[in-house]
Amino acid sequence: MGTLLDEIIEYGGEVFGKEHMETVRECVQCGKCTGSCPSGRITAYRTRKMIQMARMNLREVLSMYELWFCTTCFTCYERCPRGVKVTDIIRTMRNIAVSEGHMSFSHKKVATYVFKTGHAVPIGEPQMKLREGVGLDPMAPTTQKFPEQLEQVREIVRTTGFDKKVGFDWETMKLREELEEGK
Amino acid sequence: MAEKEYAYFLGCITPNRYPGIEAATKKVFKEFGIETKEMIGASCCPAPGVFGSFDLHTWLPIAARNLAIAEEMDLEIYVTCNGCYGSLQEADHLLKHNERLRKKVNEVLGKIGREYKGKTKVNHSIVILHDVIGLDRIKEAVKKPMDDVNVAVHYGCHFLKPSEVRGHGSPERPYILEDLAHAIGAKTPYYKDKLMCCGAGGGVRSFDAPTSLEWTRQKIVNMIEAGCDCIMHPCAFCHLQLDRGQVEMQNLFGIEPKMPVLFATQLIGLAMGFSEKELGLDIHEVKMPEKLLK
Ligand code: SF4
Ligand code: SF4
Repeated sequence: MGTLLDEIIEYGGEVFGKEHMETVRECVQCGKCTGSCPSGRITAYRTRKMIQMARMNLREVLSMYELWFCTTCFTCYERCPRGVKVTDIIRTMRNIAVSEGHMSFSHKKVATYVFKTGHAVPIGEPQMKLREGVGLDPMAPTTQKFPEQLEQVREIVRTTGFDKKVGFDWETMKLREELEEGK
Repeated sequence: MAEKEYAYFLGCITPNRYPGIEAATKKVFKEFGIETKEMIGASCCPAPGVFGSFDLHTWLPIAARNLAIAEEMDLEIYVTCNGCYGSLQEADHLLKHNERLRKKVNEVLGKIGREYKGKTKVNHSIVILHDVIGLDRIKEAVKKPMDDVNVAVHYGCHFLKPSEVRGHGSPERPYILEDLAHAIGAKTPYYKDKLMCCGAGGGVRSFDAPTSLEWTRQKIVNMIEAGCDCIMHPCAFCHLQLDRGQVEMQNLFGIEPKMPVLFATQLIGLAMGFSEKELGLDIHEVKMPEKLLK
């Protein structure tokens, strides 16, 4: 296996193109990304530091809590004077983190809603009433309404293996974590 | 007869939390001769900052499946959420420009009998208002001008950025929402950190709600200090954070929820004479003040 930096460029390159990801090498640590970052103002997240840790192959960046404080607002991406595609590099680092098992319980829960309904934010009874109140059908014609459509989304998730990364058990429709802890 | 037809990609928060956004958009569009068709079997977009952060290789085929549904309808898409816009437009952009990636995604879609062909286009509903319907027709349709209303324009992030994909000019100097607000007679005062994110994106809301609400608190305080009466925005996810978030903020920081939050078509709908109930404004957490309803 190559270095973390190679891995980031390789992984992200498959989606965004290699050239896009190679921009990480252009960083001169000027700090404009951190200066522009709304997260950096209120959390310990430092954009420049994340990029530098990637460049120095410091794998501990993948397990850092702070890595998840980026809202993907793309301000740094727009403003970087060296054209570093910062936000996509951060998203790629998060992907690699998830592949290595660094995913919070609350994020796993969000993923399970999509496995169960096709929606990260599913509908419930009270919201169906709200829909009727504005003259709409109680349920929109989406995956949550049509099981055969939902099955297509589930098939995608099984094909890419995302269900395994999250640790989802199709039989109980629960996270392995929940089963173990009896949550 | 309809002047133009679109497939409405609903996403999650619009239909499942704030159906007023859906109702208002369909009603306002219909007034201007724009017909909406439902996308049967559409799913979560899925959220670009959330699922894009978890697993890009799952995010992309799910987004491509949604695009394929619109392609099968032979229609262009419109959306009422920056997350949906971000996800679908980015996926479409990547797949249109990378043949190897398209092949890979189509292998996955082949298993469920679908194919991404690259023949639809993803439009944001506020661009349809601004460029297809046009400011002149909106001005003509105004029955209740918002002359004395100060609107806090909030863009969110993924409508404008990354600008190379979005194509709405410089994200540092946006104009579409201001133009729309001015068309119904409202003023759009500048407020501190106007272009700042709402704080919800990238999975931060689900990861650490109090932290994400600190963003929101800063934005709302800045809007109040600039004398704004309400928020006008283009994003269902920002809507959740700004509206529901004010109630959550009350518990966390003791700030009273009093800044009304309106999706662009809800505010325009009010100016066109639709009622609070028709636009679903009565189901928002923050109640509408008299000033907006009179
Ligand atoms: S703004 Fe660009 S060049 Fe400057 S530190 Fe951030 S990523 Fe590096
Ligand atoms: S995209 Fe993330 S790292 Fe960049 S400015 Fe926004 S929150 Fe900060």
